[in-house]
Amino acid sequence: MDINYDVVIVGGGPAGLAAACSAKENGAKKVLVIERDIEAGGILNQCIHNGFGLHIFKEELTGPEYADRYEKMAADLEIEIMLNTMVLSINKEKKIHAVNATNGVLIIQAQAIILAMGCRERTRGAIAIPGDRGAGIFTAGTAQRYINIEGYMVGKNVVILGSGDIGLIMARRMTLEGANVLACIEICPYSNGLNRNIVQCLNDYDIPLYLSHTITNVIGKERVEKVVISEVDENKNPIEGSEIEINCDTLLLSVGLIPENELSKEVGIELDPRTKGAVVYENMETNISGVFGCGNVVHVHDLVDFVSEESVRAGKGAAEYVLKKKKSIKKVVKVYPGEHISYIIPQKIRIKNDVNKTQLFFRVDNVYKNGKIIVKDGDDILIEIKRAHLAPGEMEKITIPSSKLERLKYNNIVLELLV
Amino acid sequence: MKEIICIVCPKGCHLQVDENNGYKVTGNKCTRGIVYGEKEVTNPTRVLTSIVPIEGGMYSCCTVKTSEDIPKEKIMEVMELLKNIKIKSPVNIGDIVISNICGTKSNWVVTKNM
Repeated sequence: MDINYDVVIVGGGPAGLAAACSAKENGAKKVLVIERDIEAGGILNQCIHNGFGLHIFKEELTGPEYADRYEKMAADLEIEIMLNTMVLSINKEKKIHAVNATNGVLIIQAQAIILAMGCRERTRGAIAIPGDRGAGIFTAGTAQRYINIEGYMVGKNVVILGSGDIGLIMARRMTLEGANVLACIEICPYSNGLNRNIVQCLNDYDIPLYLSHTITNVIGKERVEKVVISEVDENKNPIEGSEIEINCDTLLLSVGLIPENELSKEVGIELDPRTKGAVVYENMETNISGVFGCGNVVHVHDLVDFVSEESVRAGKGAAEYVLKKKKSIKKVVKVYPGEHISYIIPQKIRIKNDVNKTQLFFRVDNVYKNGKIIVKDGDDILIEIKRAHLAPGEMEKITIPSSKLERLKYNNIVLELLV
Repeated sequence: MKEIICIVCPKGCHLQVDENNGYKVTGNKCTRGIVYGEKEVTNPTRVLTSIVPIEGGMYSCCTVKTSEDIPKEKIMEVMELLKNIKIKSPVNIGDIVISNICGTKSNWVVTKNM
């Protein structure tokens, strides 16, 4: 088999597929996607609910349908997808070591690499829930895979810790399959999922949401028998005397996602402690030239449509890198999160001779009403936008027009929220 | 005046629906919000998704959805229909598993080629 490719994409989920299509459409000739699972599509395959694709396809698709659209596009563009293959390492010379059962160890030479490995779930260990270690405790995504792909029901009486979107989706899913979902417990005073999911996953089925509560004990030696929940104070410390016991056999954890950057760390890619993903330029290139990142490996998204859009930029960047369409760079502008902003992507913008407008993607650090988002360059205010509702669970974006980027004086962009 | 959150898209607009004024919707950022707002107050509907066992597929289950949104009060009845259904590979996206579910114009259809 051939081992030389223009662009190699690590990961065949929504980010990888969209990046591959974009790389090919922008002129890269030989494009390869390496996927460890037995099919492409990544986590979309287990997200059987609808609501995907409203931005990109202007219709509501289920996860598998959304994946299928991109698999068809990739097939039409003659993109190679190597399944059942695990990438072990990448190096600065863009050599990829991978392994599968048919070919053994493969060493693939790429001209550009796009990292699209997605993210993984935080586990019980990551949040240190005390108590017994019986069966019946799952991350929400693992339960989703068991139920939706393998066809196993994971429990009958269920408590969900965390109000992230996967937890909310699973509350509805398990209810529809006949389980009693007794409660959804959230340590923050607000939900971390999309409002629409609170409405259509919890409220539709009368599932109570306990805000400012957490689990302080799990009881059950063989299988979970009950959990103890406690109210927390403003510092998220459990309040003594507020304990409630809930009898259940299953506990699902929906307590956050972490970009999966083992390969990135090994090759020396600079990571942002805020996003836990790579620091990227406006074209999604990392600090290692010719290595790009997109999707949840860079920052955790709430919408797959936005993953696809970001991946198109990474694919285009990689194709331009391979075709040596590099434009002379006038300067590099740094972008910083200011007050009430938890992170911003991209962290750096390269200003070239023909400046393009650049979009900033960011999240706020709490729930706010009637806030004003301000983008500044030093003392110069570039943009001011009012937003009626802001929440950490909903990614925001702002476009800086090229006319403003051309006239930067301080080259230090700060985005902040005034409340 | 009813206050509801629009579930049509992830924006989650805060809608006000005025039952005493022809279900006039305000607070919407797009026209889909008007349709949703009135429907949610007069006849709320949802699209359902689930799985059915499949013989000869790459996995033991295949994913399905209702082709149209169905009345909210029929959700459990519509789910019940899938209980004894088993399908055979190959199936394609859009193939009908059960038609005309519970007297609605909706069908249970396949959402994955398998």
